Amino acid sequence: MPTAVDPCDKCEEMLQPFLDRELSNAERDEAQSHLDECGYCRKRYRFEDALRRFVRQAAVEEMPPDLKQKLADLRTPLF
Amino acid sequence: MGETTPEAEPRRLAEEARDRVRFEEEALDLADQVYRVARRLVSTREEAEDLMQETYARAFRAWRSFQPGTNLRAWLLRILTNLNIDRGRKQQRSPDLQPLEEGDYYLYNKLEEAGREPNVDQDRVDERLSQDDVVSALSAVPHDFRDVIVLVDIGDFSYADAAQILEIPIGTVMSRLHRGRRILKRELAEHAVGAA
Repeated sequence: MPTAVDPCDKCEEMLQPFLDRELSNAERDEAQSHLDECGYCRKRYRFEDALRRFVRQAAVEEMPPDLKQKLADLRTPLF
Repeated sequence: MGETTPEAEPRRLAEEARDRVRFEEEALDLADQVYRVARRLVSTREEAEDLMQETYARAFRAWRSFQPGTNLRAWLLRILTNLNIDRGRKQQRSPDLQPLEEGDYYLYNKLEEAGREPNVDQDRVDERLSQDDVVSALSAVPHDFRDVIVLVDIGDFSYADAAQILEIPIGTVMSRLHRGRRILKRELAEHAVGAA
């Protein structure tokens, strides 16, 4: 007996691969058409997108300047 | 047997030296990007620095095994993640095996419940979470899941690249990423609204 799938549940499942750009075109279109008509999911997708950007930015720590020289010193001497 | 003409040998050596220098320069140019990933795979800056130096030492020794034209950043990170595991990081037996009820909308829903519904037009995640919250939440995610999040979300690798770097099937990348992000959001929710 077929069970009805809640479109918002389906949309929630596609959230991660959607934002990772890993959905097929058909899946992406399906998610997009649901998002076009569903404010509940749209708000959550936008929030997730903003959260991802924030996490990426917050987690970045630049390389200490002297480390690059230490790595360069590991090269094989030419002569 | 294997003899070369007197002229050919110096030329071969010169070509090899040129290829090696080119490889070393390209690898060094990627060091900043490799470090950003390394830093979040381990707990401290010192560990990240040690890991980088071990990785580059090994890469410079093994440069001939890199296939020109393939992804050098992924190749370096494959060495780095292998070394990180070899360095004594215990292969955790997925410590968070109990069912994780929270879905992908968990953090948003928690914020909404707490009466702080995110404003979709000018969403300001940074008003609710600090940089320290993110770093601390990320470090609370078990290693196996965190590795995948760091490679995909911070390193900007595709699922396929992450699978190759970690030497695991792509389906495992997807499931760890899925679960790892849910754990991350549960941790972030604790910071944002004190939700358990």
